[in-house]
Amino acid sequence: MKLLTHNMLTSHVKGVTKATEVKVTDVDFNSEFVSRMIPKIEWSVLVEAADTLGHLNDLPRDLPPDYESSEDFLRKVHHVLLEVEVLEGNLKCPESGREFPITKGVPNMLLNEDEV
Amino acid sequence: MKRKELESCLQQVDVFEKPKLLLEQYPTRPHIAACMLYTIHNSFDDIEDKLVADLGCGCGVLSVGAAVLGAGLCVGFDIDEDALEICSRNIEEFDLKNTDTIQCDVCALVPERFSNKFDTVIMNPPFGTKHNKGMDMQFLKMALSMSQTAVYSLHKSSTREHIQKKADDWNVKMEVIAELKYDLPASYKFHKKTSILYDQHSLRRYKMSQNRTSILFGC
Repeated sequence: MKLLTHNMLTSHVKGVTKATEVKVTDVDFNSEFVSRMIPKIEWSVLVEAADTLGHLNDLPRDLPPDYESSEDFLRKVHHVLLEVEVLEGNLKCPESGREFPITKGVPNMLLNEDEV
Repeated sequence: MKRKELESCLQQVDVFEKPKLLLEQYPTRPHIAACMLYTIHNSFDDIEDKLVADLGCGCGVLSVGAAVLGAGLCVGFDIDEDALEICSRNIEEFDLKNTDTIQCDVCALVPERFSNKFDTVIMNPPFGTKHNKGMDMQFLKMALSMSQTAVYSLHKSSTREHIQKKADDWNVKMEVIAELKYDLPASYKFHKKTSILYDQHSLRRYKMSQNRTSILFGC
């Protein structure tokens, strides 16, 4: 699970907990795509997830206003959004405290029958 | 990439080992997947550098195709662990870095929570005609909420009027962009249907879609 995917799930789950296996892969950098994703994501959630995984990569807590013009910044965001992958770990729902397992890189968001 | 090349590429994608009838699992044929993706890519430019969701991705033929065509990221959603395992294997074999998968029940997600998160949604949803009536519409509703630009979805031709009515109710523009003949090699023997590729467009892109005409593939 990439952190961009994690960010898409943020209204369901917030933090990544107990990540026991994290992989970093090389992904081709596409500045146009990265700068277009930034307004779509919840920045604070990304920063927190990256920090928890030890891959903060110098990302600032607050999104700089002129981020589109800084390739260096966009490359950092690219790394965190697309190159860092959680293979084993948990996602936690902030409201219920329910944890959803990530196995072999796939988060399992299914609820048990008694939870529906 | 030419459509033929895409199609032969998608022929390498592994499909269900033991299809589950209850989940209406049948593979999207490489030919249909290639026709669908090629049109979305070439006529509407809704794949390259886009954040794409594939609902009910199964073994991932559409996700693989979208990734091959240069999606920024394609996220596949499916309820079935076995299908997702084959999907992951396919992704690995194609050495794709721009895909991800989530195991979840698409019908149990809250559409508003994904509001406009993705650029494009592509899907071959359950037809919703056997044990799971209405599931096709639940997928469509979810897809419409998730996508900012467009939803491309395969449906049975017999449901066209029903979907048109729903689309009117939901205030979305629907367009039939292709009629495809399903050439299912009897994976379930009652499947002998003509299918239609519908396209749904939000009002935001309405103007661009003025030029669109129905495209008939000679499949």
